[in-house]
Formats: sequence, C-alpha cells, structure tokens
Amino acid sequence: MRQRLPVMLFALAMAAVPFIPGMPPFWIVLLDNIGLSALVAMGLVLLTGVGGLTSFGQAAFCGFGAYTTAVLTTAYGLSPWLTLPLSLVVSGLFAVVLGIVTVRLSGHYLPLGTIAWGLGLFYLFSKLEFLGRNDGISQIPPLAIGSLKMIAPDTIYFAIWTAVILCAWLTMNLLDSRTGRAIRALRRGHVAAEAFGIKPPQAKLLVFIYAAVLAGLSGWLYAHFERAVNPTPFGAEAGIEYLFVAVIGGAGYVWGGVLGAAIAVILKEALQDYLPYLLHSESQLETIVFGMLLVLLLQLAPGGVWPWLMRRLPLKPDRKSTDPSLVLPRRERPVDAGDALLRIEHARKQFGGVVAVNDVSFGVDAREIVALIGPNGAGKSTTFNLVTGVLAASGGAISLLGRTLRGASPQDITKLGVSRTFQHVKLVADMTVLENVAIGAHLRGHAGAIASMLRLDRSDEARLLAEAARQIKRVGLAAQAHMLAGSLSLGQQRIVEIARALCADPVLLLLDEPAAGLRHMEKQRLAALLRELRDGGMSVLLVEHDMGFVMNLADRVVVLDFGTKIAEGTPEAIKANPDVIRAYLGAVA
Amino acid sequence: MNTTIVLFLLQDGITNGAIYALLGLALVLVFAVTRVILIPQGEFVTYGALTYATLASGQVPGTAHLVVAMGIVAFGLDLIMRRRTLRLALVGWSFLINIVLPAAILVLTLALTGKDTPIAIDIALSLLIVGAIGLFLYRIAFAPIAHTSVLVLLIAAVGCHLALQGIGLVFFGAEGQRGPPLSNAAFTIAPLRFSGQSIAVYAVTLALIAGLWLLFSFTLYGKALRATAVNRLGARLVGIRTALSGQIAFLLAAVIGAISGILIVPITTLYYDTGFLIGLKGFVAAIIGGLVSYPLTAIAALFVGIVEAFSSFYASNFKEVIVFALIIPVLLLRSLTTPAVDEEED
Repeated sequence: MRQRLPVMLFALAMAAVPFIPGMPPFWIVLLDNIGLSALVAMGLVLLTGVGGLTSFGQAAFCGFGAYTTAVLTTAYGLSPWLTLPLSLVVSGLFAVVLGIVTVRLSGHYLPLGTIAWGLGLFYLFSKLEFLGRNDGISQIPPLAIGSLKMIAPDTIYFAIWTAVILCAWLTMNLLDSRTGRAIRALRRGHVAAEAFGIKPPQAKLLVFIYAAVLAGLSGWLYAHFERAVNPTPFGAEAGIEYLFVAVIGGAGYVWGGVLGAAIAVILKEALQDYLPYLLHSESQLETIVFGMLLVLLLQLAPGGVWPWLMRRLPLKPDRKSTDPSLVLPRRERPVDAGDALLRIEHARKQFGGVVAVNDVSFGVDAREIVALIGPNGAGKSTTFNLVTGVLAASGGAISLLGRTLRGASPQDITKLGVSRTFQHVKLVADMTVLENVAIGAHLRGHAGAIASMLRLDRSDEARLLAEAARQIKRVGLAAQAHMLAGSLSLGQQRIVEIARALCADPVLLLLDEPAAGLRHMEKQRLAALLRELRDGGMSVLLVEHDMGFVMNLADRVVVLDFGTKIAEGTPEAIKANPDVIRAYLGAVA
Repeated sequence: MNTTIVLFLLQDGITNGAIYALLGLALVLVFAVTRVILIPQGEFVTYGALTYATLASGQVPGTAHLVVAMGIVAFGLDLIMRRRTLRLALVGWSFLINIVLPAAILVLTLALTGKDTPIAIDIALSLLIVGAIGLFLYRIAFAPIAHTSVLVLLIAAVGCHLALQGIGLVFFGAEGQRGPPLSNAAFTIAPLRFSGQSIAVYAVTLALIAGLWLLFSFTLYGKALRATAVNRLGARLVGIRTALSGQIAFLLAAVIGAISGILIVPITTLYYDTGFLIGLKGFVAAIIGGLVSYPLTAIAALFVGIVEAFSSFYASNFKEVIVFALIIPVLLLRSLTTPAVDEEED
C-alpha cells in the first residue's frame, strides 16, 4: 500500500503533462525518449543492480523487438498490436539462448561476453538482407486505437509512459516477493542461496529474460515511434549507454532507472544545444563533456543519484506488517529421543594430497545437541560442507533418517530438513532482517515470478513473512526486524542467520561458530534458545571454539584433530581426555 | 582456394593477430592490477598512431597539449585529496610529476617537431606523450574510485573512452591519416612478400611479450603488480603502494597501445575512432585467454587475426559477426568446464 501511493501520484502527474498549456512539443519528444530508455534501464536495474549480472547487450534485445515488428508489419501487414506479443517472445527466446550461454559465466566474463555478442548482433542486423542492411526498414505503420493513429509525439507518449509505469509496478512487485528475494540473494554468492533451496542458474536466467523482454518492449515502441528502424540504435555504444543510464540513476532501484534515463537524455540534449554557443566550436564536443561528466558523477556518487536523493528525503522505511495467525505446514519429525538422525560413516575428503577429513564417523540423534570441536585446520568446516552437500565426499557414507545423501545437491539436503548458518555471515546487507529471514522459508512458498508480478502471491507471501516474523521473535530480535541486515552488529547478524535457518523448518540445525562475536549475555540467551529448540524436537550440530559455551550446552562432543576423530563423549569425559588435552595444549613433556 | 591465397591470408592474419595480442596483453595487465576493463585501450592506439603521423608530417599534435592539461588536473586533485597531510616534499614531488614532466614533454615536442626529424625521435615523442596520458588518466579518472566495484570502474572506463574519442576528433579531425613505415625493406620467400613493417610487427610483439614476462617474473615492481592483482588489501598491508601499481599498469598499457598504433598506421589508414574496434578485437582475444593468462591471450589473438583474415576473404560482409561470434563457443566451453566459483560483490 505504502509503495502504491507515490506511483499513482507519479502516473497522474505524467498523464497531465501533455495537457499543460504551452508545453513545447519538443519536451514531449524528450519525455518519449526518456520513457523508451527507462524501460531498458529498468530491466538492467533488475539484472545488474539487483541480480549482479552486468550486460552491455541490452540494445541488441531492443533490436530484436524493433526488427520483429518492423518486418512483420511492413512485409506481412500484421497489426502492430499483434506483433507486440511476438516482439516480446522473440526477445525472450533470444534471451533464453544467449542467457544459457552467458549467465553461468562469473564475474567479469559476463559483461565482456555481452559486449561481444552485442557487437556481433549489431553487425548481423546491418548485414542481413531481409532486415534492410544498413538502411534498415522504413514506413512502419503507427500504433492505432480505432481511428486514433499515434503518430504525433504527444499521442504515443501515452503508450510509452503507460508501459513504463506498468513495468515499474510489475518490477517492484517482483522484487517484493519470494522470487524477488531469491534474485536479491544472488549477489551474496551462490552457496548461501543454494543452502535455502534457491537455484541460482534458474534465478539468473529469469532476470536475464525479464530484462530482455523489457528491452524488447522498448524496441517495439521505438519502432512505432520513429516508424523506421536501422541498426545504429542497437549497437554496442547504445548498449553501453543503457548500462550507464542504470548506473547513474542508481543500479539497485527501479525508479533509479527512470531517473537515470531522464538525466542522460536531458544532459545529452542540453549539451548538444548549448555547448556550441559556449565554446564556439563545431566539433562534437558533447561526447567529450558527456564522458567527463560521467567520470565526475561516478566519483561523487558511485551508488547513483536515486539513493543519494532518497537519503535526503524524510521518508520512513517500508515496514511490513505481519499477521501472526498465519502458519505454514511443518514437516514430520522423529519423535523419540535417541532415534538416529544423521549418520556419518568413514567420511573422507581429499584435496589433492591433503586429507582434510580422514575416515570420520559419528552421528547425531534426534533431540540431541552435538558439538564438533578441534584446533584450527582440524577439518570441522570441511565436515560441515560434506554434510550440507557443498563439497562431495571422496569416500564414506552420510545418511539422514536412513536415506543416503550420495551426490545430493545442497538444495536436496535442505529439502530433507537440514539447514545451516555460516562461519562468515552471508546475509543480504541491503535487505531488512525480515526479508533475509524469509529467504530461509523459500522452499516452503510456491508463488512464481508471474504470480508475484501480478500480486497473486499475497496469501503465500503473507504466510512466509509471518513465519519469518515468528522466528525473528523466537531468537529475540523482534525490535530489529525492519532494520537493514547490514546495520546490525556481527553478533546480531549471526542470530539473524539462525532465525533464517529456523525458517526452513529443519529437523537438524547446523551452526558454524554461532557464538563467535557474541557478548556474554547473548551467548547465554543463544544457549537457552538452542536447549529450547532441542526440547521442542530439533537436533543441533555445531562447530564452536568457545569451550565454556560448548561444555555447558552440548549433550555430546566430537573432537577432530588433523582430519581424524580423536575422541567422542560427554563434555565431562572430553574435558578429562588426555588425547584432547594434548591436541589443544601440545604434548606434556 | 590455392596455397598462395591460404599463405597470404595466414600472413595477413598473423600480422593483425600480433597487434591484437599486444592489445589483449595490455588489457589483461590492466585488469589484473586495477580491475578496470580498459575500454579506452583503443584510444591509446589511435592517439599513438595519429600523434606519430602528425609529428611525421612536421606538425605539433594536440595530444602534447592534452598532457599538460591532464597534468594540471592531476596536480589539482593531488592537492585537494591530500590537503590534510600536505607536506612540502609531497607537493614538490607531485609538482615534478604532474607539472614539470608534462611541460618538459611539451617543450621537447615543440623543439623537435619539424619536417626532417628522424622517425626514431617521432616514435619516442609519441610514446612519451601517450604514456603520460595513460599515467594521468589513471590518476584522474580511476584512482579516486579504485576501491569501488568492477561495474563502476567499467562505466568510468566507458566515460573515458567517450571523452578521449571526442578529444581525438578535435585534435586529429575526421580524416584518416597514415604514417611513414619504420622500414622500407622488403624481401620475398616463395610466393610471399614480407615487408620490413610486418617483420617489425612480429619482432616488437615478441619482444614485448618477452619483456612483460621478464618484468613479472624477475623484478620487484612486476611482483608488486602481481601482488596487487591477487589481493589489493594484502598488497597494501605489506607496503606496496597500490595507486602506484595502477599508474604503472596504465602507463604500460598506454605505451603498448601506442606502439600497436605506430606499428599499424603505416599499413592501414587510421581514423580518430578506429581504435575502438581494434581494441575490441584485442578484447575477444583477452576473453578467450580468460583475462588471466598471457600466453593463452597471445595465441588466441593470433587465432582471432587468422579467422578475421579468412572470413574477410570468404564472407567479407559477415567478417565482424564471425569475429565477435567466436567468443560464444569459447564462453560455452568455459561455462561447462570451469565450476562456478562463489564470489561476492565488494
């Protein structure tokens, strides 16, 4: 609700613009151009700013949209409205093909790859006979509703800005949903995302296609706005400019894309108009100044103009209310204490010649807290990664509730009821605690991307958020639920990770150094929470260095040293075990 | 298709490929040290080539003035950024690098320009000028944002490309230029004619590759550059001045770009915007080389050059499409063979 009001006001204002008396027609043309550019930039916001995938190739997708409608309306006489879905489908299909090839690339390969195919496609557009080679295609029919032909800039204006505002709304809905959280989690690396059942390649492909379809829509509008297409606006330089638009506006924000488009279009226009007067020169000085301003702007506001602007406006952050009466179905869990839950038998992991985990066997029973301890380099984290499926074991067997986890992916293991926290906190810093924790419940929701965009996911979403709020309250962070995760102390962030893990409704909770960075009182509260969870039927396996914490909490302790299990038993027995003392303190002379 | 044509195309491709190899190497170098994807690499090529051509025709190139202007900006930035810790020695050093050095280059250029200047002096001046531009470009555009993400650096690189290309148009005009060849010698082996120029291209490429290898393997500066590439923070902690590493990388890249430009300007006419496309083909090679491996990049560059030569003969319309599409199977192969690494945005 809170988000909707400004959007509606903006829509009304934009609708009123053409009716302002004395509005220069030229300004309307500028606004048309801003709208066209904003559509592409919005896709890039999702792709680059939110999803972390940089693409220089968006102009090529505009080209697919524009050429599809140009060919079909001129050579085959189809109605422009009929070619709209076709343009979007063509852009989307090419995005699937190019996306499968490119989105799996990591880091800088991706932007470079997109430059390359962006250029290749540009040359293809300019060489293909049926696309009119360098001359392109002209005499494209205008959009028409009944007898109203949208030829003048102030009529197609409505088509363009309806599309912009509609797409902004859809994009904002998408970001504010289960799928949106999955996309936003991508930037934190795939291990954290996979640990909660998100499939990063799928999520990446989804944003890639989404951005391409938005670009295709922009291309379709462009074709009917200019009523002619040629390869120039779909080349590499244009692709670079779209990315620049998104970054200037603020690559992480939907409205940043619109603002960036406005800045870029107006700036270029102003430079083209006024520079020659100022400097009395005929050369293309605007590119020089444009380039320099770009570098300057990045130095002053590397995050873009939109967040810079928002910080200066007295706006309250969006507080989602949750309905505590909504519940998610819980999984069945073993009832009796002492039932075998996790069994690790002769597990082994070798990295080249190094044996990180050497023939380790132990188990975790239902309703039991087991601590895995050992000096640095003992193989504790590697054992964790074997259990969670992040690493594949070189030998041995790991089973959960009698099912062998051979070759299971992290997502599969999460589905079976194992969920974890990380030694190095992996939260999405610019999402609220509530949203971060809701990622934990990803597999317990079902709404897809399209339902989310159309707001058909609200009952599903409300249940997920209610569950997240419940777990946050359980770990004692209710007061911080609406703060950004990045603003919390490290100790609190660890607790948020535990809440996120609890959201997955696990039967086994794996905690990697949960007490590190916590104050004394916080440790005691954490210990109390873990005991309460155990009494409620959960099992906990934890790696920890704080001996006081471990010995007071654990039912059983397993000690690793140099990848080998050297002792197992109750805390009291471990404290007295000479092998353990030797491992920690060195041999007694 | 007969052997002569094949040999001829191969020769052509290898000559072009050698240039792409140089550019690819420079890109890898700059990326490794500074994380900047150097889009303006192409401008270094055009600046080098056209500065050389202008000097050879007996005129003073505008780039010599640009060096002074950039130096003044860099000096101003130094004063503003270090206003709290300003010491006379620092100001003096900054003045020497940013004001005295460019002024000396300009004076030297003005003094030496003339119809009868030997080619060697023109080349040396061009390298000085473009090298200084590279140095100051890093100081002005990239050093203040060196800590930001690869994406921001990339966009800044695009900004530099636009500005430098526009400035190139102002300085050199829209007409293309050619420069005098380094050597007019030529000899023939069987059906192939080797010009002195193409031999120079091969020799210089090999020498530069060997030089880079020596630099990175055996010198302290080279090792410092590599250390910066691997871990910026770690390098700073052991006392490497990462800003200096960045400037050295840019200086090297600018000089390599200028050398490539000087090597090709006698063979083909260069326009103010030709460099961009040449630079991008260096990119294709660098990407195939994975942005990390120098030998792989060099081999890939030769491959790109040969593919280009053959496709311009058999399908000249689709030459560029083919060259840039080369990357797709390579990327596909990479994405299938290399496991995804977990990386986080910084």
